[in-house]
Amino acid sequence: MAIIEVKDLEKTYYNDSVATPALRDVSFAVNEGEFVAIMGPSGSGKSTLLHILGFLDRHTAGEYRFDGKTIDDYSKEEIAHVRNKKMGFVFQAFNLLPRTSVLENVKLPLLYSGVKKSLRDELAQKAIESVGLSHRINHESSQLSGGEKQRVAIARALVNKPNVIFADEPTGNLDSKSGQMVMEFIQKLNEEEGHTIVLITHETYTAEHAQRIIHILDGKIESDTKVDHRHRARDHFKK
Amino acid sequence: MTLNDSFTTALAGLQTNKSRSALTILGIVIGITAIILVMSVGRGAEDLILNQVRGLGSRTIIIAPGREPTGPSSFAEISTDSLKSRDVEALKNKANVQGLKELTPAVMQVFTVAFENESVRKNVLGASELIAKILDIYPEEGSFFTDEDIRQKSSVAIIGSEVKEKLFGASDALGEKIKIKGRSFRVVGVLPPKGQVALFNVDDIVVVPYSTAQQYLMGINYFNMILAQSESEEAVPRVVRDIELTLRETHNIDDPEKDDFHVTTQADAAERVSAITSILTILLVSVAAISLVVGGIGIMNIMLISVTERTREIGLRKALGATERDVLTQFLMEAVILTALGGIVGIFLGVGFSFIASLVLSKIFLLQWVFTVPLSAVLLGLGVSTAIGLTFGLYPARQASLKSPMEALRYE
Repeated sequence: MAIIEVKDLEKTYYNDSVATPALRDVSFAVNEGEFVAIMGPSGSGKSTLLHILGFLDRHTAGEYRFDGKTIDDYSKEEIAHVRNKKMGFVFQAFNLLPRTSVLENVKLPLLYSGVKKSLRDELAQKAIESVGLSHRINHESSQLSGGEKQRVAIARALVNKPNVIFADEPTGNLDSKSGQMVMEFIQKLNEEEGHTIVLITHETYTAEHAQRIIHILDGKIESDTKVDHRHRARDHFKK
Repeated sequence: MTLNDSFTTALAGLQTNKSRSALTILGIVIGITAIILVMSVGRGAEDLILNQVRGLGSRTIIIAPGREPTGPSSFAEISTDSLKSRDVEALKNKANVQGLKELTPAVMQVFTVAFENESVRKNVLGASELIAKILDIYPEEGSFFTDEDIRQKSSVAIIGSEVKEKLFGASDALGEKIKIKGRSFRVVGVLPPKGQVALFNVDDIVVVPYSTAQQYLMGINYFNMILAQSESEEAVPRVVRDIELTLRETHNIDDPEKDDFHVTTQADAAERVSAITSILTILLVSVAAISLVVGGIGIMNIMLISVTERTREIGLRKALGATERDVLTQFLMEAVILTALGGIVGIFLGVGFSFIASLVLSKIFLLQWVFTVPLSAVLLGLGVSTAIGLTFGLYPARQASLKSPMEALRYE
């Protein structure tokens, strides 16, 4: 079943009556449990697309259904609720709260989801454990390495067990070894936990960890292909 | 997100910027300190003056010439010569005024009082012997002059304890001749130290028969005031009314608006003192309130900077599921915590300074000052500081809540 359905999607930015089209005639669907990479050079519109998919931005024409509903079917509060419960975000710049512990950072989405206070620590600890950072749980986010920061961000993205995890250039700010490790966790989330993953990247190598790659150029889908020989992050490590 | 969660989040946000938070609330602290100090000292002053007014005795009635002053321009009318002997006689008549116990006319002026080489300028009060009963002052040495002395216009004087100290030092004053405006007076009594009684500082006064003072010292045939005492406190309003009716009759006045005298009781005086001190307090509190507004603007300014600085944090929180309401509550809570904290610190400082002020006033200025902090001042301080947080925090918090998550996340 498709959790993401995009049909003839368009996005145009208006700046002093100058219209700049960012996305045109974009149509695709992502099924539950799929791992899709959206690839394209910078300026191609891939980040705009991810923001629209994550309900962080609105499209100007066409249709986008998430879990069967469009953004206009929801009130502002419901949109916040969907972002909180059904979506997880991993950003290129990590976006952890500064001067705040790993545990508190991972607990952040639980704060907005009505989970009981007594349960929050337990859920956050589990998420931190699953990215292998239990030993760093009380460290401040600024004391961590880039790779560790991104793993905290992944723990934060999955703590509410969302349907879809959106990852925006998650390895963009990392060295290749840390990047590999991050990709390993993302792959594991998809295969072992069954999370749907939408990954944005401009690196072919990173994109080839996904099952399917959608190429975008100048706001249009250029190709939508299955990956025949997927990279296995775990295998890479074993080398 | 529960209110409890918002509170914890707001507190964590403030803790990451402790020194700035402390500086931000300084304006509120100063404002609330000033308000508490002003209200506490204002109440103390009011109590002090009211106690002195009450020393007048609740049965004492003062009749003064001229219309009751209603403004600065009408003060001139006080010094008229409308109260004369015939008024005193009319008031003494039981058929005119019922329930009157004692009554004495009085004149007062400052004169040079001398003994041998010592001379001082003192208030000289001319009155009848009944002033002793009305003010409850009896000589500790010698005795008061008598009815006979009034009729004879005798040159006798009762002196206050400080006057005695200045002129005679440790030696005996009784029977000695002092000079007032060059005329010799025999000292017949010395008053015990008693401080302020009603309108007079009894320690620093010379009392002579009013008839003597009128004729030989002042050369006038009218009185500066008439002091009266009613039989009971309950009788005061009736006595006041009788006095007014009697004086209108002797002065041929039909229209009460045209009275050339006015009658004051302790209750009136107390009411006036309360009115004046509360106006003063309100005035001073308003001045202090200006600093609170300035402090509030400071809070708003810092909150706006904070909201801009934390744009990415706001974007992140929204991406992770915070509603506009959650973000608004968080930032509003930060502002309210800041100002309420400032209010609490200000209350403690204000109480501390008021206590120091009360020590200075009672130990150094020897006033009978009582340290009081009105509960209303504390509640006002807390209420106002919280309200400032809500008022000046609302705009920045709303700015924060309306940020688009995507733009906020992109913010560098």
